[in-house]
Amino acid sequence: MTSPGLFSGFRAILQRDLLLAWRRRGDAAMPVLYAMIVAILFPFALGPNHQLLARVSGGIVLVTVLLAMLLALDNLFRSDLEDGVLAQMVLAPQSLSALMAARILAYWLVTASPLLVAGPILGYMLGLPAQAQPVLFLSLVLSSALLALLGSMLAALTAGTRRSGMLLSLMLLPLIVPVVIFAAGAISAVEQGLPWIAPLAWLSAALALTLVLAPVACATALRITLDA
Amino acid sequence: MSNFSTDANAIVEAHALAFSRRDEPILRPLDFHLGTGELSFVEGDNGSGKTTLLNILAGLLRPSSGEVHISGYAPGTDGARAETRLLGHQLGLKGDLSARENLRVAMGLYGCREGVTADQSLAEVGLCGFEDEPIRSLSAGQKKRVALSALNLGNARLWLLDEPFANLDRAGIDLVNTMLDLHLQRGGAALVTTHGAVSFRQEQTHKLRLNI
Repeated sequence: MTSPGLFSGFRAILQRDLLLAWRRRGDAAMPVLYAMIVAILFPFALGPNHQLLARVSGGIVLVTVLLAMLLALDNLFRSDLEDGVLAQMVLAPQSLSALMAARILAYWLVTASPLLVAGPILGYMLGLPAQAQPVLFLSLVLSSALLALLGSMLAALTAGTRRSGMLLSLMLLPLIVPVVIFAAGAISAVEQGLPWIAPLAWLSAALALTLVLAPVACATALRITLDA
Repeated sequence: MSNFSTDANAIVEAHALAFSRRDEPILRPLDFHLGTGELSFVEGDNGSGKTTLLNILAGLLRPSSGEVHISGYAPGTDGARAETRLLGHQLGLKGDLSARENLRVAMGLYGCREGVTADQSLAEVGLCGFEDEPIRSLSAGQKKRVALSALNLGNARLWLLDEPFANLDRAGIDLVNTMLDLHLQRGGAALVTTHGAVSFRQEQTHKLRLNI
């Protein structure tokens, strides 16, 4: 008898999710396309004013990337719930939190990594100052990971309700506002030549906290969803 | 667990197990016992609580009253989950993945018996040559066979099968019977819901009739 270790379950779910994303790469490309379209439309709406665009470019890229990540969030647990895979995950002898951590990691890798490539390019296109580029990238990494963790908690809570997309966005708003404030704060600080490390340190602290708590919260929420 | 006999063979012990949803009884109090090598058919009309009983034993639902233990553990705890496999109406297969890939996920989650491979298990259920087909292009009966082979890979002692004979042809029904036979010979136990009359070869089957 080979009993499954914690890592084998984590790896099985991670592999499965990456494979599923590869099979549906059209769907996986949606968020990055959406982000590019929105960012490209901004200069047309605001007019070709270089100074104005350079000043708002960091915020535009940040908000666009975070909103693009929301597109895939609603479906995070839906399909697993519908085909019974979620029940199988709950019943597996593994810790459900570890399986959820794999699920969230896969979501972040699939959704955020193309956006992390596109984000700096969009920033360059909108005329973001060169010295702000590394800070933009760092704050995109931190805030996208935070959004994935916070969002997956709420997606788990709303997985059982039909057409929960709107509800999910409403619930996520108050949680994501501080993330946007700190991430945008770092970008505007570096643009003004001020120290920018503090807001990013706050984001990292929040990330460390949610990294531990979100998988556990997800597992509990999904148990409640299945019990109903 | 003071009320329970210390029967080493017991896999499921239920005592006055009942379930009600919003004060409406779904499952009347039940007492039953399932030891190693024993199989029990759960019979009852539609809505008599067959699936609810299996979900309680799997740990997806909490009983309203009464006690149940699986190998001495409460359902849903780590110890009980390692002993239990549930095959429900939803088969728990990903439509975009192939049969082999689905089995690999099941092996990662549930582990597998010594020396059993995914391909071998698929061949046993008559799906040789379908290993790389995506699940969504298989027929309902073939999907069921994939789910059965995923079940057969693992080493859980208690199988909870919800209508395993649905969608299967005559050969498929024989296959389920053979799988159950082997599982019981390995010292497992099974609780199988059915609404139809399905003959099972083995003599020592119990019947659990559910009626409100």
